[in-house]
Amino acid sequence: MMSLEEQVKGRNLKLHDMCLRDGMHSMRHQITLDQMVDIASGLDDAGVPLIQVTHGDGLGGSSLNYGRGLHTDREYISAVAKVVKNATISVLHVPGIGTLDELRMAADSGAGCVHVASHCTEADVTEQHIGLGRELGLDTVGFLMMAHMTTPEHLVEQALLMEGYGATTIYCVDSAGYMLPDDVTVRIGGLRTALQDATEIGFHAHHNLGMGVANSLAAVAAGADRIDGSAAGLGAGAGNTPLELMAAVSERMGIDTGVDLFKLMDVAEDRVLPIMPQPPRADRDSITLGFAGVYSTFLYQAKEAEQKYGLSARDILIELARKKMIGGQEDMIEDTALSMAKERDLV
Amino acid sequence: MDKIKCAIIGPGNIGTDLLYKLLRSEVLEPVWMVGIEAGSEGLARAKEFGLKTTAEGVDGLVPHVIEDGVQIAFDATSAYVHAENSRKLNELGVLMIDLTPAAIGPLCVPPINLKDLAGRKTMNVNMVTCAGQATIPMVAAVSSVQKVDYAEIIATVASKSIGMGTRKNIDEFTRTTSAAVAKVGGATKGKAIVIVNPAEPPLMMRDTVFCETADEPDQEAITAAVHEMIAAVQQYVPGYQLKNGPTFDGRKVSIFLEVEGLGDFLPKYAGNLDIMTAAAARTAEMFAQDILDGQLKLEPVKENA
Repeated sequence: MMSLEEQVKGRNLKLHDMCLRDGMHSMRHQITLDQMVDIASGLDDAGVPLIQVTHGDGLGGSSLNYGRGLHTDREYISAVAKVVKNATISVLHVPGIGTLDELRMAADSGAGCVHVASHCTEADVTEQHIGLGRELGLDTVGFLMMAHMTTPEHLVEQALLMEGYGATTIYCVDSAGYMLPDDVTVRIGGLRTALQDATEIGFHAHHNLGMGVANSLAAVAAGADRIDGSAAGLGAGAGNTPLELMAAVSERMGIDTGVDLFKLMDVAEDRVLPIMPQPPRADRDSITLGFAGVYSTFLYQAKEAEQKYGLSARDILIELARKKMIGGQEDMIEDTALSMAKERDLV
Repeated sequence: MDKIKCAIIGPGNIGTDLLYKLLRSEVLEPVWMVGIEAGSEGLARAKEFGLKTTAEGVDGLVPHVIEDGVQIAFDATSAYVHAENSRKLNELGVLMIDLTPAAIGPLCVPPINLKDLAGRKTMNVNMVTCAGQATIPMVAAVSSVQKVDYAEIIATVASKSIGMGTRKNIDEFTRTTSAAVAKVGGATKGKAIVIVNPAEPPLMMRDTVFCETADEPDQEAITAAVHEMIAAVQQYVPGYQLKNGPTFDGRKVSIFLEVEGLGDFLPKYAGNLDIMTAAAARTAEMFAQDILDGQLKLEPVKENA
């Protein structure tokens, strides 16, 4: 059997930074324009080819349900577009949350890539949005979230739909940080076999079980061309794959990312870490996300409900997993907590 | 008693569920089901119920409208083709009840504004979306008490309960709902979020309504208005329920709803279907009653020269 290093050596890999989008969750969508510009220009200078800049829940995500952004997506994207020299700015776009007009706005403001996201079984809601992404000339990515919730075979079917709509890259997204390396291998391998050779494959991890780097390596070995991560790991739950860690491991294993490792380490340490209220850590609630398979951004409102109703956030998260709640259903956190509190005579 | 004859365009989930409701109506009689796929399940089912069917789309219906006395048509297809369907049938004097998110006619959420539509001589009424039907009554309840600066709704539907039309129109669905939350609900600004959940067994439709009032919310009056509106919707959707709330946090009012369907066509989890088709049937029944009472005479719409 080939060693992992033999499988990945010499491969080219695109690293995609998420700290200014997924990290918005941890920052409760309050990153300032100055912080965005500072971090994005650092990432650009370090040679990170793709930088995502959007509200944590994507275009149009600013809401009572997910939290209001300190600035609009237009303000964030335009500000970053002014300073970035080489990197492509990407945005997250979830049909059902963002509208086509918002995608047009993002392209006008300087975005060159879009992750069009749906739950892993609902790819057929992305047709209009992938179509518009292509029409606008964007690097158009189909982003299948919560991919642990369906079989590898069904994930492939959904990926083929997105490819058929025009997506030129397809992601397997471990939104709950639930997957173990074998789960990643079989999914990415299935995608690589089924999709056209020209279609790129990506993997997006959450570090809730501490598997971000290991899972990302498994993805590369199985054929992934793009890996999402976040400088200093800034992202929902216990964060995303720390990008500087992934870059360091890649270099050791002979994967070519084109990124200046030391510069990237400095961005994480000097620019990202200082803005965090606390560094992402796999605390008991984040581990619960990964252990039970819960959407990583549920962490924050579950913790708030714990304070408000005297329930344990872990109990709430386990209940949300039992009810099979998926990405975007933040409203069900308060609802579930209220129902639990009623049952326990706490309200 | 005479009934007003109707056609349903689109034999999918919505059209079929609507058919079950019209078959029970005292003033409406479904006589045509219009599809585009010969041998489709929906057309076959309509045939079993004794309806005439065509797989030629609205063009297959048009030659029969006059002789079969069709006066009301329901469009349960997609926003893309609705305008053309409506034009063809309006020309023949057929009133169009639009269940797509096309929203070319006035928006109707029955407990809020159905009565206002009577006497307006409109030939096209839009039923917003299932998400709108489920949530806008709550926005209207809050805004009946005091000014609502912003209202936001989150509708979660079971994957099995929404068909291809809605999926291909997800953008129109989201935008039409957002616009109606403001326009019909009475909020200054509206926003809609739609989630499709594939859980098995399928989850009941859930809807959350957040309202931000301009001033401190009058908790007692809002709670009373919400309960009153729940009862008004329950008159035509018995499974419409307040699960939690209203809760108050500063100026934010939160209302958590569940909509259980009647289980006419799809099982009871598909409350989204039920609330949409029940609202459309109720709307058509009002117009039908006016026609029967001689208060409304439908006139062919001449195309603008």
